[in-house]
Amino acid sequence: MSTVVTPEPGTRPETSLADQLRGRSLPAGAARVVVGVALATAVLAYVVGASPVQAVLLAWVVTLALPVWSYAVEGRRKAVDRLVTVLVSSAFVLALFPLASILWTVISKGAPVLSAEFFTYSMRNVVGEGGGIYHALIGTLLITGAATVISVPIGLLTAIYLVEYGAGGRMARWIRFLVDVMTGIPSIVAGLFAYALFVLFFGEGVRMGIGGSVALSVLMVPVVVRSCEEMLKLVPNELREASYALGVPKWRTITKVVLPTSLAGIVTGITLAIARVIGETAPLLIIAGMTDSVNFNLFDGRMATLPVFAYTSIRNPGVPPEFALERAWGAALVLLIIVMLLNLAARLVSYFFSPKGER
Amino acid sequence: MAKSIDVSDLNIYYGDFLAVEDVTIDIPARSVTAFIGPSGCGKSTFLRSLNRMHEVIPNARVEGKVLIDGQDLYGDEMDPVNVRRTIGMVFQRPNPFPTMSIYDNVIAGQKLNSKRMKKADSDAIVERSLRRAGLWAEVKDRLNRPGSSLSGGQQQRLCIARAISVEPEVLLMDEPCSALDPISTSAIEDLIHELKSEYTIVIVTHNMQQAARVSDDTAFFNLSGVGKPGRLVETGRTEKIFSNPEDPATEAYIQGRFG
Repeated sequence: MSTVVTPEPGTRPETSLADQLRGRSLPAGAARVVVGVALATAVLAYVVGASPVQAVLLAWVVTLALPVWSYAVEGRRKAVDRLVTVLVSSAFVLALFPLASILWTVISKGAPVLSAEFFTYSMRNVVGEGGGIYHALIGTLLITGAATVISVPIGLLTAIYLVEYGAGGRMARWIRFLVDVMTGIPSIVAGLFAYALFVLFFGEGVRMGIGGSVALSVLMVPVVVRSCEEMLKLVPNELREASYALGVPKWRTITKVVLPTSLAGIVTGITLAIARVIGETAPLLIIAGMTDSVNFNLFDGRMATLPVFAYTSIRNPGVPPEFALERAWGAALVLLIIVMLLNLAARLVSYFFSPKGER
Repeated sequence: MAKSIDVSDLNIYYGDFLAVEDVTIDIPARSVTAFIGPSGCGKSTFLRSLNRMHEVIPNARVEGKVLIDGQDLYGDEMDPVNVRRTIGMVFQRPNPFPTMSIYDNVIAGQKLNSKRMKKADSDAIVERSLRRAGLWAEVKDRLNRPGSSLSGGQQQRLCIARAISVEPEVLLMDEPCSALDPISTSAIEDLIHELKSEYTIVIVTHNMQQAARVSDDTAFFNLSGVGKPGRLVETGRTEKIFSNPEDPATEAYIQGRFG
């Protein structure tokens, strides 16, 4: 039995040692059997006429039979273990529903639109059917690329200052605090900031791709700083000391020992930061605007981007509306694919750049 | 090559905290000097002050003089980076650079300083350093494998090879064997004997037998009391310290009555 045996002081328990050590347990496949029964119940309920939600709830209630069964056979400790396992697993499945639902909706509605034309045509002079996202794709890549070019040096250098130079000083504490504040800036505020900044130089009504990049980098810099900071902190101090002891100056130690050692993590952090801003709509709506034509020049005129394209297609679908709606789903799917490719690239980079021997 | 170190009236601080007080010691050239003493008495701190590694810690500073061949290491015109090139260091835990191969680890001193050199020259340095560190035979066929693929004892010898590849005058060793098994320890002790002919070696150790085996001179450090700074109690030839110490605290420590 799994109940704790507390012998009277001075006496030994009656049971043999073997009995004390042994515990009774459910048969090996018990959990699988219960899950199987639960699924069968759900299917049955659905066939009989329950709604999908009711069927799933019913199945969930059935899985609770596992801890009850366990309590009867195995005792309290293992029953609690089973109960918590069931709860955590249910929470996991619950969290998967929105993800699966989003993926399903976007793929099922977006996939049929994807075609060579969709990727190679802009919306210039297109009314109704046809056209594509070429202009928005170019805009998203250019604006996000420029935002990365702005944010990564600022963010990485800030992180280097915080970890290697500032280290606990007052300046570093203030910078860290301000970075935390920046993390919470709503994206629309970043857009308004970029707009106000560019109005100072170019006057009212300015629209520029690079303005979008500035707005996005306001959102991106704090993410890059925090993730790079964590990665640099992970580099063991012993490596820095080993380098100093060889008579290597601090800046070379940072560029040649600290950064290469943490490169994989830094690249992953930057990729996540890009993924964070590539879907931003509000700031780009303000400063980069929207257009139907291809614009390769970040410094002149409106530039379409995928999120803004999806937004305007849904907002003003035109007549007849169904083609614009289709294109919006297509744009959403392409955005999702870009983010997935970025994550994949980050995985590859961290695989190939992580310190040898630790793979 | 190989210089003597003269330290006079050295006080070492972490911020306002005085960690080591008033050390005066002469460390002779081409010999092995061992620092022994209980934990927290400032041996390592003192060792690190000998090549200005101490300053790497924020707010750490020293007062007093450290002369190497008559040059004050803490003089205004001294560059800590050059000081560390002259006085190499081996650490308690082996710390090869994880991003580099065995070859690159050995040549790291040159490579990290972007010194340009011919392949043949760097090959020669790598081979010579690894031979002197007694590691050549074990790794010569896998120089391109990562440094972290070696065993702990091999890694420590790799770190010694790395430290001597920049041709330092003095080699500081901070408990170099404390993370190693007896066989690797004995390999490193043999190595210390070999290196003695070319370098001035200072070694911190918790292992009294090791101090007796490898060192020519021994310095005993102790705390003057709880919360008080560490200080140098006694220094002298190793035979004398171990057989006939002057200070009763030294005798008590060596005989294992405390610490």
